[in-house]
Order: sequence, then structure tokens, then C-alpha cells
Amino acid sequence: MSVGVAVLVVALVVSAVFAVYRKRTDGKLSVVGSPTEATAASDHVSWSHTRKPESLTPSDIGTDLGEQATLLQFSSAFCQPCRATRQVLEQVADMVPGVSHVEIDAESHLDLVRALDIRRTPTVLVLRSDGSIARRAAGVPRKADVIAAIGELV
Amino acid sequence: MSQEVTSTSAKTGAAPRGIDPRGQRVGAAITTVVLAVVLVTGFWPLLAWQALVFLLGAALGPTRTPYSWIFKTFVRPRLGKPTELEDPEPPRFAQGVGLAFAAVGLVGYLTGVTWLGALATGFALVAALLNASIGLCLGCEMYLLGRRLVAR
Repeated sequence: MSVGVAVLVVALVVSAVFAVYRKRTDGKLSVVGSPTEATAASDHVSWSHTRKPESLTPSDIGTDLGEQATLLQFSSAFCQPCRATRQVLEQVADMVPGVSHVEIDAESHLDLVRALDIRRTPTVLVLRSDGSIARRAAGVPRKADVIAAIGELV
Repeated sequence: MSQEVTSTSAKTGAAPRGIDPRGQRVGAAITTVVLAVVLVTGFWPLLAWQALVFLLGAALGPTRTPYSWIFKTFVRPRLGKPTELEDPEPPRFAQGVGLAFAAVGLVGYLTGVTWLGALATGFALVAALLNASIGLCLGCEMYLLGRRLVAR
């Protein structure tokens, strides 16, 4: 078997495995930490070289937090699914009182991106009213899932 | 639906008109086949052709490549209107990433370092196949990781 054929076989297998993994995990809103831990850890000072922050403040995201919850979206210039994510989150924010949608340019917040270990855009964080991180998704979340996640907090 | 897309993009100042995402998927599928043939045959002129297609996509935009022409001429007439449009910048960036891998692959094949040629072609094939199959833009996802590594 030539090198080229070997590479082709490996490339096909890698693509298939990754496609299945991505389809399973994309947009899934997974729970982050537990509420008690998150509240205890909310008194951060600087996190550039410490552990992952479990809570965000208005100064971190550059605007006020939503009264009930904040849908924080990290976007970037070269991001196809960011537009669809924006639509989903804006619709939910318009529909549920006290919920706001905040979109952040990942590139101009690289410290925060590194601290939160955000690897791709869109990444969505669902924040409680105190700024603690309740859920997190990479990829476009389903509208029903976002509503359900907020329902648990409000 | 498409009206909604337009209003959103107008609000955020993104591209005023989007491109048909299905054209990108078809182009990625053709790219996958071309790269697979390159891997099996080691025929470097075909990789040079693919590099040229990537160059056109990166320089002129993803809708101005030969593969996009094939989509517009033979595929789109058989399909309905797209339910959504997308920003041309991400796929354009991805074409540039594809060009980089195709260029490294060409250097490999032309200098007799066949494994390098095959490896670079294989990376480009994974990206093209993921784009064709699930609409994933691998180059775009690498972009943020790259910025995280490089920029302070």
C-alpha cells in the first residue's frame, strides 16, 4: 500500500469519527460546576494565570448582567454558525423577561477566552443573575434547550 | 426566513448579502474527491489545480471558483431557494487555509518528499470532507486556536 493510500484511509477514518463526535456534542448545553461552588468562587481578582473562573462580572463582559440570566455568546470574524446562534439567543432574550443576550468578540477578549478555555466559536455560556456560569455549549444551541436551561434558573 | 437573515445581518453590519451555503458543500465534496485522487495516484498536477482553485476562492471569494460554477450551472437549478444564506468571509478564509496545505503538499511531491505531500493533502482532505459532510469549517475553528496561541 502506498503512502498516499494509507494517508487517505486514515483521513477518511479520522473524518468519520470526528463528524460523529461533533454531531453528538455540537450545541449541547452541559452543566458547569454546581451552584454552591460557583457562588463561593465568585470573588475572583485576576484569572490570567489561575484556574478557570466560575463566575463573571459586568466588567468582564463589558455590560450589565441580565436580571434573571445572561446568554453570553463568544463570536469571531470567521465563524459560520455565529449568525444562527445570535438569532436563537436573541429570540430567547426577546421572549423571556429579564434575560439578556450579550455577544463578545473572542479575539478582542483573548484573556477571558484563555481563562474560560474557549476553543471555538460560537461558545455560549448561560449565566445566572449573579454572573455564575450555569451551562455552556460549543456550537449552535437548540432554542428549546436554551429555554429549558433558563427555566431551571429563573 | 431569508428575510430574517437579511434583517439580522443589516443590524450587525455583517455582509449585506450572503452566499448559498449549499454551494460551499458541493465545492467541498468536489475538493474531497480531487484530493483523494491526488493521494491514490500521487499525480501532482492535480494538486496544483486544486491549489489554483483554493487561490481563486481566497482571492476572489468562494463563489468565484470553478467548483462554484459547477454548482450554479448543474446543481442549483435542480434545488429550491436556499432557506438561509451565509457570510462569505469564513469560507473564504478556509480557502486560504486550504491553499496553504495544498502549497506544502506540492512542495512535498515536487521535491520527492512524498510523505510530506501526502500528509499535507490528507489534512486538506479531512477539512474538505468535514465541510462537505457536516458543514464544518475546520479552518475557521483553527483560527481562534491560532489567535489564542500567537497573540498576547
